[in-house]
Amino acid sequence: MSVSIQEKDFDLNSELAALRGNTAQIGALVSFTGLVRDFSNGGNIENIYLEHYPGMTEKALGKIISEASTRWNLLGVRVIHRVGQLAPGEQIVLVATAALHRAEAFSACEYIIDFLKTDAPFWKREQTNKGTHWLETRESDERRTARWEDKPA
Amino acid sequence: MKIELLYFGRPSEILRISRESVDLPDELPEGSKTLADLLAWLKLRGENWQQALAENRVRCAINQEFCKPNSPIKAGDEVAIFSPISGG
Repeated sequence: MSVSIQEKDFDLNSELAALRGNTAQIGALVSFTGLVRDFSNGGNIENIYLEHYPGMTEKALGKIISEASTRWNLLGVRVIHRVGQLAPGEQIVLVATAALHRAEAFSACEYIIDFLKTDAPFWKREQTNKGTHWLETRESDERRTARWEDKPA
Repeated sequence: MKIELLYFGRPSEILRISRESVDLPDELPEGSKTLADLLAWLKLRGENWQQALAENRVRCAINQEFCKPNSPIKAGDEVAIFSPISGG
């Protein structure tokens, strides 16, 4: 279970290889990669700037991963979230999960990214051709998180 | 009562501040202080503070846990003030 908040980019293949390690116990590896789009409601995106709350971010992500680990039998989790200035097309976030079988790996990966969106202290500012603005938690993201409340593993 | 304040997101940009130490005055309502008391006191700083800290625009954390306006604050707490989060 490992979390990194970093400015530098990440390589999906090497992250998945590291998550697999040397064991042949893992039957399923699932990963989600979030990318910077080049458009939004605010116009054409020139770049985005991401900041976070050092200390609280790691705690919040640790709590999300630990909750996921009680719901599903996970053999490994890797979360990377980038901060600083990012251009369209760049990778923002990686959530990767390893489990014995695919159902657990799929569900846990979705659970972690859903809660990261609503419970981890990151802030995103978009620079578009029309100006800059801070994005806010989307209701659709809050609804996705709320779905898990009464959903059995 | 001394507390540490941190600012993130929109309020941090508008108010041009990322952190400060403040000493909450004793003339605030007797008894335990809440987050709402702190925000009301900060809004005395002027119109840009009133706008930046308007209730529907800010969220807060005390000692790195999300909290509500009626959450109590005690000396030495780390209080963060920010716009709604938007990661991922």
